Amino acid sequence: MIIVPCVSADGKPTQSGIKTLTAIKNGASTPQTVSQQTGQPMFKVRSGLRELVNAGLVKQTENKYCLTEEGTKIIE
Amino acid sequence: MENQTNEIGFPLIGEKAPDFEAATTQGTLRLSDFEGSWLVLFSHPADFTPVCTTEFIAFSKIADDLKKRNTELLGLSVDSISSHIAWARNVEEKMGVKIPFPIIADLNKEVSQKFGMIHPGQSKTETVRCVFIIDPESKVRTILYYPLSTGRNMQEIIRIIDALQTTDKHKVATPANWNPGDPVVVPSPTTAEGAEERVKEDYDCKDWYLCFKKL
Repeated sequence: MIIVPCVSADGKPTQSGIKTLTAIKNGASTPQTVSQQTGQPMFKVRSGLRELVNAGLVKQTENKYCLTEEGTKIIE
Repeated sequence: MENQTNEIGFPLIGEKAPDFEAATTQGTLRLSDFEGSWLVLFSHPADFTPVCTTEFIAFSKIADDLKKRNTELLGLSVDSISSHIAWARNVEEKMGVKIPFPIIADLNKEVSQKFGMIHPGQSKTETVRCVFIIDPESKVRTILYYPLSTGRNMQEIIRIIDALQTTDKHKVATPANWNPGDPVVVPSPTTAEGAEERVKEDYDCKDWYLCFKKL
């Protein structure tokens, strides 16, 4: 069983997922800067980013993260 | 006498801890997600059991102290996520303590086998009380095992982390019963010339091989 804290079973981001998406929208592009902006520990940010990438809400280029079109729509 | 051997394999002190991906109460986590932090990875025999409940309350109470030491907690047992969630909710409701750290649901025993947490002489189905202290580079720095009947000492876990971090920072060792603020041990010289010089240095030396200093 795979548990996803940032994306719920219906594919929508959870509260911590929204926090992460908002941090990325506000310029955070690395796990460190997302952690600083959200106050979440690094382990949680790393696993959350992985799930948001798998859900197609965030895309990763090397170690930089940005919102996809779908991810942008969710927090607008 | 029967020659007994065990086939429990686990990483030893100084070795890199094996990575894993596991379902936890805070999502799917990998050991590598904790890189950059110290980690206390610990197993308990079962949810909704008395000694484990006292330990989880105690671990929760030191979580903030560990955070100050850049240290995260990660629990594990072979119970399910639903069981972990129900137990954590019960502890909060009945004992007033919120469990702030993730707990691995190791139903297939994949992680507990990698870390030698099941000791068949104690129980073939439950994990013993095991503590792995893992450094920010994922190297195992301390291993503690307790039997099912003995709850762990949280102050000793904090003391070990303080000792390891002090050792790393100052290149010293810590003597028996050391606590932060106490004198530390200067590593012994490894040559005869070094031994002669050591006693002339400005340390509190009992002899060339046993010298203390204050940090």
